[in-house]
Amino acid sequence: MRRVNKSEKARIALTLNGRKLAAEAEPRMLLSDFLRHALGATGTHVGCEHGVCGCCTVLIDGVAARSCLTLAVQAEGRDVKTVESLAAADGKLNALQQAFRNNHALQCGFCTPGILMSFTDFLARKAHPTEAEIREVLSGHLCRCTGYAGIVAAIKEVAEKER
Amino acid sequence: MKPRPFDYVRPDTVGEALALLAEYGDDARILAGGQSLIPMLNLRLIEASVLIDISRIAELDGIRDLGNEIEIGAAVTQNMLMAWPELAQKLPLLAAALPFVGHFQTRNKGTVCGSIAHADPSSELPLALAVLEGQVVLRSQKGGERVVAAAAFQRDMLTTARAGDELIVAVRFPASEGRGTAFSEVARRHGDFAIIAVAAVADRRGATQLGVGGIAGRPLVRRIFNDPAGAVAAWADELEGYEDLHATAAMRRDLFKNLAPDVIAEALRCAA
Repeated sequence: MRRVNKSEKARIALTLNGRKLAAEAEPRMLLSDFLRHALGATGTHVGCEHGVCGCCTVLIDGVAARSCLTLAVQAEGRDVKTVESLAAADGKLNALQQAFRNNHALQCGFCTPGILMSFTDFLARKAHPTEAEIREVLSGHLCRCTGYAGIVAAIKEVAEKER
Repeated sequence: MKPRPFDYVRPDTVGEALALLAEYGDDARILAGGQSLIPMLNLRLIEASVLIDISRIAELDGIRDLGNEIEIGAAVTQNMLMAWPELAQKLPLLAAALPFVGHFQTRNKGTVCGSIAHADPSSELPLALAVLEGQVVLRSQKGGERVVAAAAFQRDMLTTARAGDELIVAVRFPASEGRGTAFSEVARRHGDFAIIAVAAVADRRGATQLGVGGIAGRPLVRRIFNDPAGAVAAWADELEGYEDLHATAAMRRDLFKNLAPDVIAEALRCAA
């Protein structure tokens, strides 16, 4: 049984983008803050902090989830992937990122890390989704710049390319 | 916002979880998927001195086909149930309702039992449990196990029959094979809480079990035999409804009157 009292900081170890890392956290520390402030991985953005905007979406054991609705201690021992895992080491964008670029699917880019991680999970489960399915998953994200059309076009481009 | 400080405990077994609940009672909150609990903690709408994280308890992580009913353990997420190969055949009402529950990303973590424990009056899973006349399985160290009917479990808005030392270990949905089911709701945006949600289960003789969420503190269920539109209108006029930012009470009644006959018709079509 794992126990961390409110006055304590526990050492939380997890795998982030393939690297085993650890840092200290109080029980109430959100995974979003742990990634950004304790581990220095600032690619994950924080918007609403109550699960509505979707900016902070990451993969936990391969599954897209809100890092603001996950405690750091809940991710202990898990495999966490963030937007930093997508591009190659030399900076070459992956297919999904390149499609976002091709289709003007971002403007300010604040919401983009979360959207990329959601569709990394979703396209792995369903390589050729319909537009309705894409929009259903996209409904879990708020974007205030693009109007969503470019985002849908980018995801369709990736889905069709791999057909 | 950030939550206030709390102790965190992650038991490995149901026995350990029950011992913790016996010790802390109402000072503790059960954390499973956290998709309702953590927003409320972040917004400081509720306080907890201890969080008991049951998400890694292996014995709670299963969907069991008991023949006449399907038992869903407390750690089973909404997307795990959606991906269950027999869902459309055994629990077609849930196959229809689950896509309306939050979003893909929240269903990855949010649990079926957690949604029922949270007892929001407009949420889909408590409504489905009420219409199907399912059950909630509760366990405590002192009292052992008891099984509570859905109608007796959810009492009012965010209020249930669960005692402070009890853990919801599972919920049981009666398999609706051979009956027709339908679900629909009205919300401002996809994934929002429903303003009105309607579910129906029809048998081959033309009787329908009709349920409505979003109009009272808990889902309401009534049996309807004939003249669905007339029966719904009469029922809607009896209901007070409630008013919030999204809709007036009159609009809620009106949406119910307009939506329910179509849902009943679809359920009857599926039953035929």
